[in-house]
Amino acid sequence: MQRYLFLLMLWAPLSLAAIDAYEFRTPVDEIRFQELTAELRCPKCQNQNIADSDAPIAKDLRREVYRLINAGAADSEIVDFMVTRYGEFVLYRPVVNSHTWFLWYGPYLVLGVGALVILMIVYLRKANRRARPDAKKTELTAEERARLDALLEKDNKG
Amino acid sequence: MRKLLLFIPLALFLGMGFFLWKGLYLDPREIPSALVDRPMPAFELPSLTEPERNLTVADLTGEVALVNVWATWCPTCKEEHSFLNQLAQQGVTIYGINYKDEPVKATAWLQRYLNPYREVILDQEGRLGLDMGVYGAPETYVIDAEGTIRYRHVGAVDANVWKQLQAVIEQVEGAGA
Repeated sequence: MQRYLFLLMLWAPLSLAAIDAYEFRTPVDEIRFQELTAELRCPKCQNQNIADSDAPIAKDLRREVYRLINAGAADSEIVDFMVTRYGEFVLYRPVVNSHTWFLWYGPYLVLGVGALVILMIVYLRKANRRARPDAKKTELTAEERARLDALLEKDNKG
Repeated sequence: MRKLLLFIPLALFLGMGFFLWKGLYLDPREIPSALVDRPMPAFELPSLTEPERNLTVADLTGEVALVNVWATWCPTCKEEHSFLNQLAQQGVTIYGINYKDEPVKATAWLQRYLNPYREVILDQEGRLGLDMGVYGAPETYVIDAEGTIRYRHVGAVDANVWKQLQAVIEQVEGAGA
């Protein structure tokens, strides 16, 4: 039982989003409303989307999204409506432009640099081994063997 | 070469440390306004002082002015109100937008704390506020003579903020002349 309780917790955000009890003309509209309000950031309480936030401004924005959906606006139009008023700041999924390309592609860049570093390390190791082929050999020279024997003998006597 | 590689983590640490340290001094509430250098959104809303008269953008144009978004439910608005009164006495034109408020309370407030506004736009629904990207009162905008928004300040106006606003006003007036 306890194992499945956490599954209930996963549903909590969804039930919060429906707090205003709006009525939609079609189920598709309702899903669009849920998705849009989950993706738009509340300008006042900046770490929440407008679906989760209790701030009055988030409520106003939810009402606005609802109004626009019922007026037949497309998702992109609703997003544009918010961006012209509150700036790109409200997008939790920012558009790709000159300001945000690093945000989008930075991780791949870092991944590439990491791969490059690993390749370089591997290459350097190989090159090292090729330059000194006997470096890894553990056999002792006659001189070293004689010295080791002498030391061991001394140790045994003492 | 190998030794240089060893310095990569240190370089990464210093780089990240620098950005995080800079981040400590940024105000996350400062959102760049999407409306700067764009015209005031169109509206037709009643005046608080004369409810039978409707105000539009045309009522705000003609000279460089401040537009102050305020409400009686907003404690910071009370804080800045006496400073706005001072500015009005100095001859600064200030228009008020009474944002999501009750007209009765707003009228009583202006009687009690004096009225620094040339006109007060009654935005009970918050529709004009929404069109302007207002997300919390008080907010103060600088608009030029044509009604184009030139600057936006979120939070109370005090002597320090006024210096910034003044610089913007001078710049706008200089450009217009």
